Amino acid sequence: MKGVRWSLWVLVAFAALVGLFALQLSRPKNDEVKSAMVGQAVPQFALGAAVSERPGLSNADLADGTPHLLNIFASWCVPCAAEAPQLAALERQGAPIVAVAIRDRSEDLEAFLQRYGNPFARIGKDDLSRVQFLIGSSGVPETFVVDGKGIIRHQHIGEIRAEDVPELMARLREARG
Amino acid sequence: MRWPLALLLAFASPAVAQESLPPAPYAYRQLDDPALEAKAQALMETLRCLTCQSQSIADSDASMAGDLRNEVRTRIAAGESPAHIRQWLIGRYGDYISYKPRVSSTTWPLFAIPLVLFLVGAAIVRRRFGRRA
Repeated sequence: MKGVRWSLWVLVAFAALVGLFALQLSRPKNDEVKSAMVGQAVPQFALGAAVSERPGLSNADLADGTPHLLNIFASWCVPCAAEAPQLAALERQGAPIVAVAIRDRSEDLEAFLQRYGNPFARIGKDDLSRVQFLIGSSGVPETFVVDGKGIIRHQHIGEIRAEDVPELMARLREARG
Repeated sequence: MRWPLALLLAFASPAVAQESLPPAPYAYRQLDDPALEAKAQALMETLRCLTCQSQSIADSDASMAGDLRNEVRTRIAAGESPAHIRQWLIGRYGDYISYKPRVSSTTWPLFAIPLVLFLVGAAIVRRRFGRRA
C-alpha cells in the first residue's frame, strides 16, 4: 500500500517536470540581453565627432535638461539601415536624437547618412564599443530613452519598426516627467 | 589558367565582413606580463559573448567580444581585480554575462535542491537499512 503511494508521487513529480519542459519549449526563444542600467545615470564618457558635420557626444550632453533618444548604430549594420525611416519619423515628431557610431569609419558613415538620412543632432565615434559596455548595450541597433538628468529610462533592443514609434514617443514624453 | 583565379582571390575581401576597422589593441594581443595575462584569460573564459551567446569572449571572433577582451585586459593591466571586473559587468548586463554561477534570489534552488535531495536520500537509506543493523 505504502509502495503504491510512493510510486504515485514519483509519477506526479515526473509529469510536472514534463509539463514544465513542454511549457518552456513552446515559448519563443528570447535571446535579448537586457541592460541592467535602466533607472541609472549614463556613466561618464566623452566621444569625438564621428563625422565632420555633427559634434561628438558626452554624458553631459545627455543631462542638459531635455530627454533624448540615444541610438547605438553602425554603417555596417543592416537593421540600422532598416530603422532609418522610423528614426526620421521620430525626428519629425520632435524627438531629439543623438547617436553613437560603433566601430565605424567616417567615410562609410558619411555614405550611410547620405543614403539613409541623418536624424542625429550629435554622433559620437566609439571604436572600442566602450559606451555599449558602460550602458549595458549588447548589440546594434539599440535605442535608449534618457531623461533630462541623464538617467536611462528605457531600452529598445533591435531595429525600431513602424509600430514601435508611438511607444518610443510615449516613453520620451514620460521621461519629460 | 589558374593565374586569373589566384589574382582574383588575392584581391577578394570577405563578403560578410561585418566592419572594416582593425581589432582593438588587446583583442588578439596578450598582456606582456604572463601572470596578468593568465588572470585575464581565466576571467575571459567565464564571460559570455554578448553577440554570440553560447561562447565565452575568449572563444569568440565577434568584434564585440574582441572589444570586451580589450576592456578586460586593459583593466587587469591597470591593477583591477577579476572579481571587481566581473561585478562591474554584472552591474551592466545582469547575471547573463557571467558563466560563473552565484547564489541569488532566483538561483538559490540550484544550490539548495541537491543538498535537499542528498538529505532525503540519506534519510531513506537510514530507514531502510538502519533498522536492520
